[in-house]
Order: sequence, then C-alpha cells, then structure tokens
Amino acid sequence: MRKIIALKFSLFLLLLLELSGCGISDSAERIVPQRLILTGSSTVAPLAAEIAVRFEGQNPGVRIDVQSGGSSRGIADVRSGVADIGMASRPLADDEQDLFSDQIATDGICMIVHLDNPLISLSDEQVKSIYLNEVSNWKEFGWEDAEIVVAHKADGRATLDVFVKYFKLKNPDIKADVIVGDNQQGLKTVTGNRHAIAYVSIGTARYEVENGAPLKLLHSGKIAPTPSTVASGAFPMTRPLNLVTKEPPTGLAKQFIEFAMSAEVHDLVEQQSFVPIKN
Amino acid sequence: MAKRPLSEKLDQLVGLLVRSSSALMVGMFLVVTAAILRNGLSGLSMEFLTTIPQDSGRGGGIGPLIVSTVLVLGICLLVSIPLGVGTAAWLSEFSGSRQVVTKSIQLSLDLLASIPSIVFGLFGMVVFCQKLNFGFSILSGGLTLACMVLPIIIRTVYFGLRAVPGDIRQAGTALGMSQTRILRSLIIPTAMPAIVVAILLGIGRAMAETAALIFTSGYVMRMPESVFDSGRVLSVHIYDLAMNVPGGETNAQRTAFVLLTSLLVINLCASQFSGRWLTGRRA
Amino acid sequence: MILWSSNRLSPSRTDMLLRRSLGLLTCLAASVVVFVIGFVLVESLPAFSEIELSRIISDDTWHPADPDNATFGLIPMLVGSFLVTFCALLWAAPLGISIAIANEFYPSRFMSPIVRRTTEIMAGIPSIVFGFWGLTTLVPLIANIQAPGQSLLAGSIVLGMMILPTIVLTTEQALHSLPNELAIAAAATGVGRFAFLWHVALPTCRGGILSGVVLGLARAIGETMAVLMVSGNIVQIPGSLFDPFRTITTNIALEMGYATQTHRTLLFLTAAILIAMVVPLMAVMQSLNTEQSHG
Repeated sequence: MRKIIALKFSLFLLLLLELSGCGISDSAERIVPQRLILTGSSTVAPLAAEIAVRFEGQNPGVRIDVQSGGSSRGIADVRSGVADIGMASRPLADDEQDLFSDQIATDGICMIVHLDNPLISLSDEQVKSIYLNEVSNWKEFGWEDAEIVVAHKADGRATLDVFVKYFKLKNPDIKADVIVGDNQQGLKTVTGNRHAIAYVSIGTARYEVENGAPLKLLHSGKIAPTPSTVASGAFPMTRPLNLVTKEPPTGLAKQFIEFAMSAEVHDLVEQQSFVPIKN
Repeated sequence: MAKRPLSEKLDQLVGLLVRSSSALMVGMFLVVTAAILRNGLSGLSMEFLTTIPQDSGRGGGIGPLIVSTVLVLGICLLVSIPLGVGTAAWLSEFSGSRQVVTKSIQLSLDLLASIPSIVFGLFGMVVFCQKLNFGFSILSGGLTLACMVLPIIIRTVYFGLRAVPGDIRQAGTALGMSQTRILRSLIIPTAMPAIVVAILLGIGRAMAETAALIFTSGYVMRMPESVFDSGRVLSVHIYDLAMNVPGGETNAQRTAFVLLTSLLVINLCASQFSGRWLTGRRA
Repeated sequence: MILWSSNRLSPSRTDMLLRRSLGLLTCLAASVVVFVIGFVLVESLPAFSEIELSRIISDDTWHPADPDNATFGLIPMLVGSFLVTFCALLWAAPLGISIAIANEFYPSRFMSPIVRRTTEIMAGIPSIVFGFWGLTTLVPLIANIQAPGQSLLAGSIVLGMMILPTIVLTTEQALHSLPNELAIAAAATGVGRFAFLWHVALPTCRGGILSGVVLGLARAIGETMAVLMVSGNIVQIPGSLFDPFRTITTNIALEMGYATQTHRTLLFLTAAILIAMVVPLMAVMQSLNTEQSHG
C-alpha cells in the first residue's frame, strides 16, 4: 500500500522535475565547474585520454571525459556547446576560422595491409589506382589471386580530407568496398580481412602493431612511416592534431590545453607514436 | 476413398516441411547464441563484472558500464512507470464514454511504438543533449529510452487494469469508497502483477537498445559520478568493441553474454508473471 | 467504467484532483509522439529552402558535406533499405508462417514447447547481439565466397532472423483465434488436416498473417545497429547479393554525430521520410487487424 502512495507521489514529483529539468541542469553545471568534455577525432582521443588521466592526477577534483566520433563531430560539438574542447586531426577549414585551435602533436597517415600481405611499399600512383578501382586484384602486385577490399573513411573524417587532398582525388570518384568511421574501425577491417587495404593514422596503427595486431604499415615509396620521418617532414602525408575551442580558452580549458602542449606530456605523445611539438 | 492416401501423404509431407522449418529456427537460434555463450562464459568472473575497463575495453572488466546501464534504466523507469501507470489508469478508469479521445490516445501510442529507435536517438540528442543542455549524459539517455518504452508500459498496465473484475469496482462503490480510494486500495493492488510485468518488459526493451543511446548517453567508459555524466551502457560497449577495437572480440563476447543472460532472466520472469497473473493474456 | 462516467453524483474533491492529474499525465503521454514527430518535421523544414529538394532524387551520390561539390542523393539508400527488407522478408515470412502452422496444426510434444520458448527468447535478443554475430561469424563466411563479406546477403540474413519471431508470434495468434466450430465442422465432414489448413484456416486468417508480415516489414525498415555492422555502409545501389550497401537508418546513425547545416537538416529529413514510411504501414496493419477480428 505504501508503495502505491509513494508511486503516486513520485509521479507528481517527476512531473515537476520534468518541467524544471532545464533549470536543474543549469545550476548543476554551475555547481560543478571542474569538468571538461572533449569530443572529436578518434586519432586524438586516445592521446587526449592519457593526458587527461595525468592532468586529473595533478588536479584532484577535476573530471575530464573524452569521446571520439570524428573531427567534424568535435567541431560541431564545440559550436553547439555540447563539448568544451573539440579534437581535430586536421587544420581548421576555411569556414571554421572563427574557432580557436592549438596544436598538441603531429601525425602522419599511411596505408596499412594485413600482415600476410607480402607488399612492402606503394607509390602514390599505385595507391591512386587502387582507390580509383583501376587495379582491383592483388595478383597485379605479385600476390595471390584475390580481390582488393578497399576501405575508405566516412564523410566528415579528417583522415579522409587529408588523404583526398594529398592524392588530389575527388571523393565521389573513389570506389570503396567498405566505409569505416573511426581509425580503429579501419584497423579492425584490415586485421579481420587478409585482402583489405586502408589508410589510417600512423600513430594509431603503430600502437596496434605493438599490441600484436596482424598489420603492416606500408612505406610511401621509399620512406618508412615512423615518428622520425614524420618529425623531419620526409614522410609526405602529415597533419596537425589540434584542440579546438569556441572562444579563446579560459579557466580549466586553458589550463588543460596548456598542459597538453607542454613538455610534461611529450612522453605520452611519443608513447602513442605521434610527434610532439618542440618549441 | 481412393484419394485418401494421397491427401494423407500430402498432409505428412506438409507436416514434415513445417516441422523442419521449426527445427531450422531452433538451429539458427543455437548457432547465434552458442558462440556467445561458449566464448562468453570462458574468462567470465566476478572480477570481470566489477573492475574497470582498460586499454579501450580490451582488458579489464565492465564494472562502470554495469553501473551506467543500471542508472540509465533507473532514469528510464522513474519517468516511464509513473507516466505509464497514470495514463493506463486514466484510459481504463476515467475515460468514460469519450470514445474519440480514447481512440486517438491509443492511436498516438501505437504510432509512438512504431517509430524506429534511431529516430528517438536523433530526437533525444537534439532535445535532451542540446536544447535542454543535459549534454551526453545518463539523464539524456534515460529520458530518451523513457519516451521509447512508454507505449509498452501503458499497454501492459492498461490490460492489467482492464482485467480487474468489474465486481471489485462495484463492491467498492457500494461501500461508499471514493474513486481515489478504490483505485488505490482495490484496483492497483489487484493489477500490481501487471505493473511488475510492465516494468520487466520495459527493462527488457531498454536494455536491448543501442541506436537510441549512442548519441545520447555517450561513450565514456568511466564510473559515472552523477546522472549528468556520460555513461556507456553494455550494448554500446559491445558495439564499440566489435566495430572499433581490434582484438576486442573476447571482451565483446563476455559483455554480450552478460547482456544476454540478464535479458533472458528478465524476459523469463516477465512471461512467468504474465502467464500466472494476467489470466493467460500476453502482454 | 460506465459506472464512473462523468455523470456520477457529487465526486469528492480528491477524486476530481486525481481525475485531473491522471488526465494531465495522459495528455503528456499522448503528446510525446506529437513532440517527436513534430520536432523531426520542424528540424527538416529548412531543407525545403536550403536546397532544390528534387536533388535528393536526381543526385545519384551522397556527399552532403563536400564544400565544393555537395550532392544529396538519397535514392541509393532508400533502395538499400527496401532491398534488404525485401530479401529478409523473402525468406523470413514463409519460414515464420510455416513455423506458426507447425505450432498450431502439427504440434509435437517434444518440439512445440522448445520452439515456443525459442521464439520468445529470440524476440528478446538485442539487435546488437545479432549484429555482433553477423560481423564475427556470418561476414567472414560470406567473404570466403566473395569479398568483402559485408553485403546485402549478410544484411538480409541478420534482419530476417530478427523479424522471424514477430512473424511467428503474430501468425500463431491469428491461427489460434480461429473459432473452434470451424475445426469441429471440418472434422465432422471428414475434411483432412491439410485441406482444412489450406482451404479454411489460411484464407480465414489472411488478415492476421499479413499484419504479422507488415509488422516484420516495419521493424526491418527501422532497424539500425545490426544492419550497420554487416552492410559495409557504401552508398550505392547493390548490384548483387554480395555488394555492400547503406540504408537510410544506418546513414543517420553514421552521420548524425557530426553533421552540420544542410547535412544535418537532410538527416532530419531522412528521419521524416522514415516516419512517413512506417506510419502508413501501421495504418495498413490496423485495418488488417480490424478486418480479421472475428466478432
């Protein structure tokens, strides 16, 4: 019997809660200012998460949540206010110049294939011919007779933008077999399919290889995909990893961004096979 | 008479055919669940259920995710049960002879039940996360799910209330009880099992949901500190491990095992309850 | 209930209060759907002014975020949705109906309870689990036949399994509601089991069976996560069962996280189209159910 009375009470309470829900959330945000939400690039997310853990360790009471979803999501979330800081693994586009970005590392993009694949390197022309479906069988690269499974990124992904710009391709011309979202999904496609090829962040790919994923990073022509070639600028396809804010960063966001750009986290950047920014 | 053996043969043939299709379905069910049950059970331990995930979920356990799931379900039920029971009570007890009103309310609920979950996700993301400023949070996810399970709950409770014999209402009225009193002391207690079934069905539906949660309650794997934190639920975890994490299959299978067995228990309870109390009426 | 119609004498104040507040809750519950649909419509309205709307039909590719050369063709995804639903129904509908027939007309003491339980449990399996199974077991199997494995075939197998319980349960309910007199009359006149099934039971329950299929259809069109995991998500009209494709639901799931401006508006328009496809199905089902109910 008590339960039923309680049920009816909660019913009215909830109505009130629903009506005043907006106000509650506002005040809750004011009471807990020590919280940052980062969303965006799946390339930056693991690094940002590591930096966040160290930052939280040094600043008790602070909570930093990191969610991936693509650079465009990061930028969209910063614009809409859902996130405090957006993560973008590309420079800001022309129509994004109203935002503020701070570079925390540099990354390269390389082609990956399955470990069983005997291929060592691909020239730019070869990559182009694969993605335009002019070459569609591994036989042509001296491997077994099997169709090449071409993995391509979804629209709005920074890696795609960098890839398409570098190879001077038009996105609609690319003939892919699988569309992937996160970097991880690209890696997963290649580890799960011997005949697949994809392009991903060098940092993310190297991290996975160290963790035992059956992957191989292809050389671009003669240049190996390593942090040192990215750092020296010898590796051709590189891009900045940025933290983006709507306004010039202040308060906790400023503190965090400065921390992420400082030498204190260079070891974390290197651990993820990215290249730290050295002043 | 001469045709008889032929029709009997035809009958047997059809019998064989339809029974083998039954067997085919059972076979498919076994194929799908066997892999998850077998692989999921190995390495499953209390530790897996309680520790935090590590290395994008490849290592560690699913402790915080279970907490997030329970919180999302809690918010969902906290909103949908009172709203659902209230609506069902009005429809069953107070709608009177207003046929048009009742019909259109039922139509609106049928319509709500038919809306694909991804549309709820879209709706929840913009209304709860952005417009109401809850952000990617357990609250947003729970409220989105509440909208989604509302029709199931109203329907189940409504049938439960209608199954309460009219004698009880008449007896209450004859004793001079007020409507409030009759509802509170006679009808709701009699229909309590239906409310329990509604809760169970709501949990079953909500726990199975992924699409509506990815963009409302978010991906964060950490232990939530309040309902305003983002929290990853079990189904989203399976999705992420399966799609985005190389080498994540083992833990995806374990998580799927946990999700499957809890849903199994919940659904079995629901069907036991509804079988026993709702006089055979399936919700 | 009639007892309590509003002409009851002198309702007490608490009663009035209860009635009012429950009425308020009911209004709230009933308005949720208006809110959801209305919101989707309002958000998709700008599409009418932002782009030439005929482009969603005339453009044959989908690159809504391309800054220089945006295209908005929804047709490949609409075709993808229809094809995968059609292929799923193609095998799941006959199978589901025959399982229901087995349960009702050819019961076996050993099998029937197992089949019933299986159907119930299968109905409660989350779509993510089907998708996970499809991704880890089915897709590699199909990839052995023809790469890449994520294909129309994989999508329709997974979807079919998901809607199978719905079809079985609804059909069974329809067959079960046949008046007993019919069966008795049939037995009395010496009509065999199959003849009764074929000439009496199935035609009589046509409406109920169809509504089960329509319910499955609606569920299949709206399904997202399982299809997303096994379809490869390429925006193209699949040329064969082994080609990858993308449906309109998975398109929303893939892109709604980061879409802005026209792109975002178009995703809402897609959701509106999705609702517009499901609502008539609901209407059809309602009418089938009314037609089918035996007084």
